[in-house]
Amino acid sequence: MTTSVDKVPEGPGPSGTASPHHPIRAVPVRHYGRWVSAVVVVGVLAALGAAFAGGKITWSTTREFLFNADIMAGAGNTLFISVASMVLGLVLGVTAAVMRMSGNPVMSGVAWLYIWIFRGTPVIVQLLIWWNLALVFPTMFGQDTNKVITPLVAALLGLGINEGAYMAEIVRAGIQSVDEGQTEASHALGMSKGQTMRRIVLPQAMRVIVPPTGNEFINMLKTSSLAFVVTYPEVMLKVQDVYTNNLAVMELLFVACFWYLVLTTVFSIGQFYLERRYARGSSRNLPPTPLQKIKANMFSLRTPGGAL
Amino acid sequence: MAGNLSKNPGAPMVKAEDVHKSFGHLQVLKGIDLEVRPREVFCLIGPSGSGKSTFLRCINHLEKINAGRLWVDGELVGYRQKGDKLYEMKDSEIAVQRRDIGMVFQRFNLFPHMTAVENVMEAPVRVKGQGKAEARERAQQLLERVGLGDKAGSYPSQLSGGQQQRVAIARALAMEPKLMLFDEPTSALDPELVGDVLDVMRQLAEEGMTMVVVTHEMGFAREVGDALVFMDGGVVVESGHPRDVLTDPQHERTKAFLSKVL
Ligand SMILES: Nc1ncnc2c1ncn2[C@@H]1O[C@H](COP(=O)(O)OP(=O)(O)OP(=O)(O)O)[C@@H](O)[C@H]1O
Ligand SMILES: [Mg+2]
Repeated sequence: MTTSVDKVPEGPGPSGTASPHHPIRAVPVRHYGRWVSAVVVVGVLAALGAAFAGGKITWSTTREFLFNADIMAGAGNTLFISVASMVLGLVLGVTAAVMRMSGNPVMSGVAWLYIWIFRGTPVIVQLLIWWNLALVFPTMFGQDTNKVITPLVAALLGLGINEGAYMAEIVRAGIQSVDEGQTEASHALGMSKGQTMRRIVLPQAMRVIVPPTGNEFINMLKTSSLAFVVTYPEVMLKVQDVYTNNLAVMELLFVACFWYLVLTTVFSIGQFYLERRYARGSSRNLPPTPLQKIKANMFSLRTPGGAL
Repeated sequence: MAGNLSKNPGAPMVKAEDVHKSFGHLQVLKGIDLEVRPREVFCLIGPSGSGKSTFLRCINHLEKINAGRLWVDGELVGYRQKGDKLYEMKDSEIAVQRRDIGMVFQRFNLFPHMTAVENVMEAPVRVKGQGKAEARERAQQLLERVGLGDKAGSYPSQLSGGQQQRVAIARALAMEPKLMLFDEPTSALDPELVGDVLDVMRQLAEEGMTMVVVTHEMGFAREVGDALVFMDGGVVVESGHPRDVLTDPQHERTKAFLSKVL
């Protein structure tokens, strides 16, 4: 350690003269692109709006059926079948993911087969197969198969089991994202494999699992419209019932859009809070909730520019 | 709190006989023989890749040995012997053996989704079935003992490296082990944080904990160590009292290594 370090010259600037700090008055960068694009977007939206307003659409019909009791019940059923299928999918997905990663070749083979079949075939085909199961097994549990496989059961099996195959891969990616040192530390403390998975690995994997699962759920809300093929009374089936009678096809499709947007919006808000919960411990500061953001912004508005 | 009492007083705490370990074609341990006596601080030194971590991990069966025998407190690690036949233990039996062996890792491996106190109480609650209130109180005491009584509610990401490592030591101690394994506990730390961790280890040694320590801290080995082994290429090259080995190495390879690190 014999290298000598040159002393840094003292004083605020190279000239060494202390100058008071004037507030900066500079011409801000002009974002011309933003103005141009905003004008284009507004123009296109206005044109689209005019087209729909002037098209052959009776908006009063849309308004009339928006809060129709039958259609709202359909929206409720859509929500119910989506949540139920997602729960079934999660349970199957976690199970299949753990089986797939187990050292037991029978287990991982079965999991692989499950994922291969159910991810590789269209969900509408799977729904129809469950629905027509009576053609293969006329009786089940000592009962007529057609009595066991109600529209609800067929929709749940079709959507849930299909979802499980996707969730399995999401969960597996999540589990693999957790550092191996975590498993080792847990084993070194004498925790069993099951305890390690439940208490240490899965909670950490959730951070990776939750965002794509939110995506899956939003997809599920929309995919559940396919359950009309098994006559499950979700919102699309109800809407179709109405427009085959009054022939107001577009009007009622907009009603369906409205309800799907309501459901996905409500869910997106829930997802934000769920993600926030599983970020615990992974970062020093959690992202602010919208409410916190509004409070913070209101405060900063009073001191414009943040100047002191 | 000297941990659980030995089941076989007088027997060595760790005994290795001709321990071999390979990963595929790579032979990492090529016949390790050594004995760690109860209440002893046993230091392992050697160049990178010589198999120190691997040997440490064999002691609590995080790695399976391929040949030889390894005992902890008179019990074979990972196997049961009946006559001259060996039977592999089930995962649950191995977990029982590991309860009595604490391990501290180079990279801490704290559970990031739990606070410091939750990290420490997790194993006593899940493995020993201790009540939560009791476990929390004990965990708080342990954190105070390592100088972190005021950090109980902090998540690992909010702690410095040295603080994390001390929580990790408290977590291992919460199981009241009869043997502690340390794998380079200070080499991921900034120099000014090393002292705090070594102080905790020194205190443990004074209380009579049996410790196997892989370390590059020759000062610690000399002051606190009771025995020292120099490993290279998967074999024990030289062993003895730390003072003797470090000041007057007999082997060329030991001399070459020490001249580089001292
Ligand atoms: N799981 C594994 N699979 C394959 N090779 C491994 C594995 N673990 C360790 N090795 C190899 O075994 C050799 C010894 O590794 P080990 O970690 O025991 O060395 P070490 O003495 O602890 O070194 P260091 O001082 O760098 O920590 C290295 O060549 C390493 O690449
Ligand atoms: Mg190592």
